[in-house]
Amino acid sequence: MERKIRVLVAKPGLDGHDRGAKVIARALRDAGMEVIYTGLRQTPEQIVNAAIQEDVDVIALSILSGAHNHLFPRVVELLKERGVDDILVFGGGVIPEEDIPFLKSKGIAEIFGPGTPTSKTIEFIRANLKRPLDR
Amino acid sequence: MNELVGSCIKGDMRAIARLITLLENQDREAYAALYRLKDHEGVAQVVGITGPPGAGKSTIVDKLISQFRARGRKVGVLAVDPTSPFSGGAILGDRLRMQSHATDAGVFIRSLATRGSLGGISKATHAAIKVLDAAGYDIILVETVGVGQSEIDIVRVADTVVLISVPGLGDDIQVIKAGIMEIGDIFVVNKADRDGADRLVRELRAMLETQAQLSRGQAPSGGPDTLAARDPNFMHHAGLVEGSNISAKEASTSIGRDSSTPIYFGSEQIPIPPVLKTIAATGVGVAELSEAIIQHFELLKKTGELDKKRLESIKYQLGQFIFDEVSQMLNSPPVSELRNKLAEQVFFRKLDVYSAGMALFHKIQLKETKGAAHESPQD
Repeated sequence: MERKIRVLVAKPGLDGHDRGAKVIARALRDAGMEVIYTGLRQTPEQIVNAAIQEDVDVIALSILSGAHNHLFPRVVELLKERGVDDILVFGGGVIPEEDIPFLKSKGIAEIFGPGTPTSKTIEFIRANLKRPLDR
Repeated sequence: MNELVGSCIKGDMRAIARLITLLENQDREAYAALYRLKDHEGVAQVVGITGPPGAGKSTIVDKLISQFRARGRKVGVLAVDPTSPFSGGAILGDRLRMQSHATDAGVFIRSLATRGSLGGISKATHAAIKVLDAAGYDIILVETVGVGQSEIDIVRVADTVVLISVPGLGDDIQVIKAGIMEIGDIFVVNKADRDGADRLVRELRAMLETQAQLSRGQAPSGGPDTLAARDPNFMHHAGLVEGSNISAKEASTSIGRDSSTPIYFGSEQIPIPPVLKTIAATGVGVAELSEAIIQHFELLKKTGELDKKRLESIKYQLGQFIFDEVSQMLNSPPVSELRNKLAEQVFFRKLDVYSAGMALFHKIQLKETKGAAHESPQD
């Protein structure tokens, strides 16, 4: 039996806008995934602990405050510190084009800007899971 | 798998999380591994938190975690939210209100999707409780989906059921209806700063008092107002301080349950459930609730009710296991083919639904006896 894909949708940092995160959460739900929504103003420590306890396949980070260059890599670092290497991390939100190569070099698998069709995000998740779906 | 179970018992968070995932996915190996947990479980108090959507279950759980942590207890949380019947996906949003505990090593929170179960919890909830119990969590809070009137599976897994109501959902007939209103060990009126809270408290107390009187074979003495006038805190005092002599066991027979395994209702040693007021958003009343939860468990242990309750729950689990196995068989190719064939015959009036059903059942039985040999647990 194919297992469910579990995704943590989290908003690190201090901005208070979660419309985008909720749209993504809803789209992933409709794609048959189990979405754990942790809400606003999460620290990287909270996000990583939640991801471990929830045993997710994916962490989807959304940020609009501009602190992505600090917060996104911190999430990946913390995962490494905890010995977790099977969670896919990607981000979205308002992120300048020129920051993307830096974020990717820090282990963020992809950055989806405003206007990305949700179908593209769903495809990306399915194609890049780090754990096989058959168990 | 053995390594994974070993790490769970030592309390390793990743191992606990992974084992729960495997159990959710009905992994046979993981279920077989539960055998190794059995000497480590049965210690924790399992507390069910149930009530309608938006009643404040998650917020109360969040505040209860703080209370129990302040007493030095380790807390496990299983928060159940519904799976979409259309996409199979789910939004698990209970955790949102509990994230302040995400970095506390003494707290483990796991969201579970119902995955088709309709009783208010998911199929894997039982097993997940065992895992958290064996991993050393002292109190396990199981938050059900937002329930309506009859999602009462929580009573099969919890030692203590906390039923949360809020003012404004209906009149006093709602509180005397069968189903969910019968399963609370502790009743909470949340959002108690709202209009109608005191009335709801009175109605709940009246309902519980009437239930107790009916089970004693007495005529109920009065309506909600007379009772409240006598002593508004009557139930609360009677509830936990001293045991009143209501035979709830009699209540279980007089009320009657529609399931094959009766719900264990407790004996005369278990008093009338207390009705507490809370304002969860600000934490008002939650300390008293945590106290009531702990006292209920102490009482269950002291009176020997806990063992009886858990034994009944195990019987139910065994029954449930058979249901699950049979329903899986129904979907296995040879059986489902026969089912389709028989359905057609019934449709064209060559057979009636009962003979067709018996033929199908016979097929499942045959399959069962053939398959049983290599299904025995190995250890």
